[in-house]
Amino acid sequence: MLPNNPIHSLLSGDYPRSRVLGALLFVVLICLAFAPFLFPGSQPLNVAAKICVFIILVASYDLLLGYTGIVSFAHTMFYGIGGYGVAIAMYNFSPSWTALGVGVIVALVLAILLALLIGLFSLRVRAIFFAMITLAVASAFAILASQLNEITGGEDGRSYRIPEMLRPAFRLFDEPVMGVMINGRILTYYLIFFSALLLFLLALRVVNSPFGRVLQAIRENDFRAEALGYRVVVYRSIANCLSAGMATLAGVLMALWLRYTGPDTTLSFAIMIDILLMVVIGGMGTLYGAVLGAAIFILAQNYLQVLMGQFSGMLESAGIPLLPGLFHADRWLLWLGILFVLSVYFFPVGIVGKLRQMRK
Amino acid sequence: MTAAADAPPTAALPKVRVDYLPMLLVPLLMLVALPLVGSVSTWVTLTVAALAMGMMIFLMASGLTLVFGLMDVLNFGHGVFISFGAYVSLIALGPLAGWVESDNLLLNIGVLLACILVAMLVTGGLGYAFERIVIRPVYGQHLKQILITMGGMIVAEQMIHVIWGASPIPLRLPEGLRGAIVIGDAAMEKYRVIAVVLGLTVFGIMHLVLNRTKIGLLIRAGVENAEMVEALGYRIRRLFVGVFVAGSALAGLGGVLWAFYRQTLTAGMGMEVNVLIFIVIIIGGLGSVGGCFIGALLVALVANYTGFLAPKLALGSSILLMVVILLWRPQGLYPVAKR
Amino acid sequence: MTDMLKLQGVHTHIGQYHILHGVDLAVPRGQLTMLLGRNGAGKTTTLRTIMGLWQASQGSVTFDGRDITKTPTPEIAQAGIAYVPENMGIFADLTVRENMILAARGGEIDAARLKWIFGLFPALEKFWSLAAGVLSGGQKQMLAIARAIVEPRELLLIDEPTKGLAPAIIMNMVQAFRELKSTGATILLVEQNFLAAKLLGDHVAVMDDGRVVHTGAMAELAEDTTLQQKLLGLSMDAHQ
Repeated sequence: MLPNNPIHSLLSGDYPRSRVLGALLFVVLICLAFAPFLFPGSQPLNVAAKICVFIILVASYDLLLGYTGIVSFAHTMFYGIGGYGVAIAMYNFSPSWTALGVGVIVALVLAILLALLIGLFSLRVRAIFFAMITLAVASAFAILASQLNEITGGEDGRSYRIPEMLRPAFRLFDEPVMGVMINGRILTYYLIFFSALLLFLLALRVVNSPFGRVLQAIRENDFRAEALGYRVVVYRSIANCLSAGMATLAGVLMALWLRYTGPDTTLSFAIMIDILLMVVIGGMGTLYGAVLGAAIFILAQNYLQVLMGQFSGMLESAGIPLLPGLFHADRWLLWLGILFVLSVYFFPVGIVGKLRQMRK
Repeated sequence: MTAAADAPPTAALPKVRVDYLPMLLVPLLMLVALPLVGSVSTWVTLTVAALAMGMMIFLMASGLTLVFGLMDVLNFGHGVFISFGAYVSLIALGPLAGWVESDNLLLNIGVLLACILVAMLVTGGLGYAFERIVIRPVYGQHLKQILITMGGMIVAEQMIHVIWGASPIPLRLPEGLRGAIVIGDAAMEKYRVIAVVLGLTVFGIMHLVLNRTKIGLLIRAGVENAEMVEALGYRIRRLFVGVFVAGSALAGLGGVLWAFYRQTLTAGMGMEVNVLIFIVIIIGGLGSVGGCFIGALLVALVANYTGFLAPKLALGSSILLMVVILLWRPQGLYPVAKR
Repeated sequence: MTDMLKLQGVHTHIGQYHILHGVDLAVPRGQLTMLLGRNGAGKTTTLRTIMGLWQASQGSVTFDGRDITKTPTPEIAQAGIAYVPENMGIFADLTVRENMILAARGGEIDAARLKWIFGLFPALEKFWSLAAGVLSGGQKQMLAIARAIVEPRELLLIDEPTKGLAPAIIMNMVQAFRELKSTGATILLVEQNFLAAKLLGDHVAVMDDGRVVHTGAMAELAEDTTLQQKLLGLSMDAHQ
């Protein structure tokens, strides 16, 4: 295709490079773009919004893990900072657009500063330090958030009202459009959808820029990149800040959707694991992996987990020992963990990598 | 490497620089805390508690730092052995329940030792399996190592839920180990004193093994330059498996002590303490056992003092301590000389 | 005269880089073979490949009639090859004594042998129970060589022992190698210092661009300045 083709510039020249992958991505895009019309009801819309948010969260994580080759366990911390930024602004001030804007900006600044600090501090010594230190800082942050009751609402978190236009009671038109009433909920969904789309295309731009190529060169061989004159620490720190900023925005979007922010929905380690799993399943080092990883994982989480619980119930009523425990809905994480380990071993290229290999 | 440096044999012996500064930090910290805490008796109680905690953290962390030093393997799943060690002690506690309630102190200590023995055996075996199945396939690949060991950790934690149930299990200290020894105004819990004694004993044994035996010599040499150890004709892999198993067993031991200290078992306890352990081995210098010991004491002292002075900052204090130490020595207190 | 060590068509890759392009080399028993060449010619890689620290992707390494191409490093060492790497591989946190003891298979050093080593390198006796890290560069090099000969070995691989040392220390080193030679040891020595090479070598192999481009008697090369110029790019002042 010609370089001046609009699709080319939208995708920054980074095509799916596999017909099946392209088709899958197109299906995801269409489903998400028309979710309120295709799948009416609050549960499917909930799933669709979650997928949008997680695509950004996972893509921003892949910027670190897949493109820069460093492991961070603080991604949920930044996600949480975004969430709490909205929560604190909405709860303590007013559910207005101004408060929202201020909340988002403060959260972004805080997240990027924190990322910069952690990065400059630990990326300088050894990349492996980074993983350990992010883990430590993130768990300290989580504990802090649950203890600072007056500010964060502690373990209970905060429920709050959001700007009027985004509330369920708001009606954009008096008449339904294509059989669906356009209320504040749907507006919020589209706010999330378009923000996610924009952020994703921006991320695509970043990884395909000269900057992104240097990152990948560092991932392949940091000594060589350093020898070629690239300041490895600087590049890694910038990537870390970008990734943190994107995660913060994902947290903002989620907070708008849930109208609630608490430790369990933002800072918990379980979310960190989910992100890791989505990146690995989708495919590290390709942003399209984030799309497929997030979509597949969240669909499975919302529909398979229920099935698993029912299966466990069946086993239990059949009187089989131990197995009901293994398949109990609370043991969802057990299977995710096994799946995760197996994917890292046997499937490190993920779905996108496999699809691209098939083409060759 | 100049001519001047190669002095003739008549010159004075070069000075051996023993680096005492980090060692001085521990008493210094205690002294600084005394006026801040205000009361001597409270200070004694806090300090003993901190020393006990420090010993336990050291036991749990020592294996991890050696494993990293020897083979450049960072096991994010190290906490598994801590949790498993703690839960496995239930196996010994079952048949020996009578000993726990007995008023015979020997039986009380016996049951604690039995728990430790069972836990060390099981976690040692688990460590052997973990090394073979989880770690061996990803040697030399840091990224995968971190991901896989983290995954292994989640699976193991969930397996604890499956085997022992999801709710916390209360753990009773043996009768004779409850309560405190009171000297003047200062109360020291008996169990903490025992933990300190146990911890010091293990540290002493480790020190002897590392400095007085051939195996210890090989481990120290291997931490510095594994390739050269191989070129001298030793199989570093076997050594590594041995250290991994021993480190896992020590983590199991630490897990038992930690569980009795908290008097509750939770599947996540290993993961929680893992964070502290990482801080400790970073502070100590990755690969250094002595640094790990001092790091553990420092972290525990700071945590206990701030826990008393400003409870909400307790965990944050460890991170602050790490930041301060790394600003002073970016590679930790005792950086290991690497190739 | 038989060859103690023989390399035939050895290719070695490090990562994506192809370093050795078919090295053929023979090290005769009981003699000192010099391995010369410019920086980056592949001398260190050759030694590391012999030692099994890097795997040859093609070709064979035969030691004392036994194929050791795919043998793991510890077994190669046990078979009787001692290796002194370019960075000396000293364990800085261990004492001089501990460094030496690790090199002795049985865990004990033969007293007569130790006396002989102390005769070669008196500094070691003096610093016997000090951490090796406090030694000077030359002393570290002596320790590294002493460690390789703590027990008699079939073959010594030594990588640039004179690198960065002062002339007086180099002469001390040359003297030690002479003495070692007189015990009938087989040595493969990588050297940049042509003067030292000229004094010590029985045979010489010159490498360039991952291949051995010249083999012969050291004395011949020492005489022939045009050949030196061609092979090593030596200028006249390098002879000083």
